[in-house]
Amino acid sequence: MGAQLRVYKRRIKSVTATKKITKAMEMIAASRIVKAQRQVTASTPYATELTRAVTAVATGSNTKHPLTTEVEAPVRAAVLLITSDRGLAGGYSSNAIKAAERLTERLRSEGKEVDTYIVGRKGVAYYGFRERKVTDSWTGFTDSPTYADAKKVAGPLIEAVQRDTADGGVDELHIVFTEFFSMLTQTPVENRLLPLSLADTAEEGDDDKADSAKKDEILPLFDFEPSAEDVLDALLPRYVESRIYNALLQAAASKHAATRRAMKSATDNAGDLIKSLSRLANAARQAEITQEISEIVGGSSALADATAGSEK
Amino acid sequence: MAAELHVELVAADRSVWSGEATLVVARTTSGDIGVMPGHQPLLGVLESGPVTIRTTDGGTVVAAVHGGFLSFADNKLSLLAEIAELADEIDAQRAERALERAKSDDDDAAERRADVRLRAVAVR
Repeated sequence: MGAQLRVYKRRIKSVTATKKITKAMEMIAASRIVKAQRQVTASTPYATELTRAVTAVATGSNTKHPLTTEVEAPVRAAVLLITSDRGLAGGYSSNAIKAAERLTERLRSEGKEVDTYIVGRKGVAYYGFRERKVTDSWTGFTDSPTYADAKKVAGPLIEAVQRDTADGGVDELHIVFTEFFSMLTQTPVENRLLPLSLADTAEEGDDDKADSAKKDEILPLFDFEPSAEDVLDALLPRYVESRIYNALLQAAASKHAATRRAMKSATDNAGDLIKSLSRLANAARQAEITQEISEIVGGSSALADATAGSEK
Repeated sequence: MAAELHVELVAADRSVWSGEATLVVARTTSGDIGVMPGHQPLLGVLESGPVTIRTTDGGTVVAAVHGGFLSFADNKLSLLAEIAELADEIDAQRAERALERAKSDDDDAAERRADVRLRAVAVR
């Protein structure tokens, strides 16, 4: 076998191995999307009921709670950015990071200081490399977050919101994550969790029409047990936790979908590469055969000429 | 038709039980409360403990809830808890073992959780 042919054969073998790996990763990601989606659906009843309850308290009572009332001149805002722990997901993490950067920029231009909180190793690495300050970060659970993980993330954030601004507390809480619309579409979104604006508490992701319909719905006058303040005190942390949990789950589903897509195009590319490499290998083989034949023919005719000459 | 109310018992990561009931008894921070059809709209903070749901077909469903909320409006009662389990799902022996272990480890949270489970089983 000629040298050229051997080089092609070797490259085909290595690309085939890569293709097998990316194909396997694509399959794994595809099965995980389904699981993640199921988790999102399973957590929805709790989130909707909680949202309803929060809306009811916020509209049905005149309680002034630090978590629901807007501060006149907010000085500091917290931004929670949700990225993934692992790469190989196309632009998934960098898109979320870009969205967070835009939000940070906007908040800064409004004259607020920004505290950054990060979930996922990719985001931590991005900020670490640029030596930017990160207030707190969590890694290790982005693939399949549990409610306990959401609580872990929510704890310091709620604490920061409740603290006085003078001691480093924050007035606003924003969250940036990748929303899972469908298998094909995932977009980074930014939401303000706190203070609650009542338009926000109406179903997330609904269009304006549904929003106005929601506003028209008259909520019953609730009786609070033990009191409106206590209910709000207990309700709001749960609300933040459940919203963060939902965001983590959606981000996980989006990450798997992004991985699947990235791996699918990697597999397709590997297939194309194998095709063009085997064409080259075939041409090299054919050239080799042609050369051998012409060598044989040349050799035999030279031999024939020599014998003809000696017979004379 | 007997008056009935719709009950949704929801945990953070799943819907635990839903159906029609005639009476629901739960413990809020200010004491036990019984909710029957047509109750005034109510929003309360739940204590960890067993919740008893009397279903329309005369059966009883007992669930252990670990903190959470109760909200009643339009004849629909929602019980929201971070963790909620039906008494039938609870393994009493395992809960007892967990209780002993929690006691020896001085783990208050785990002890409370195991205790709530055992109380729910006892009511059943």
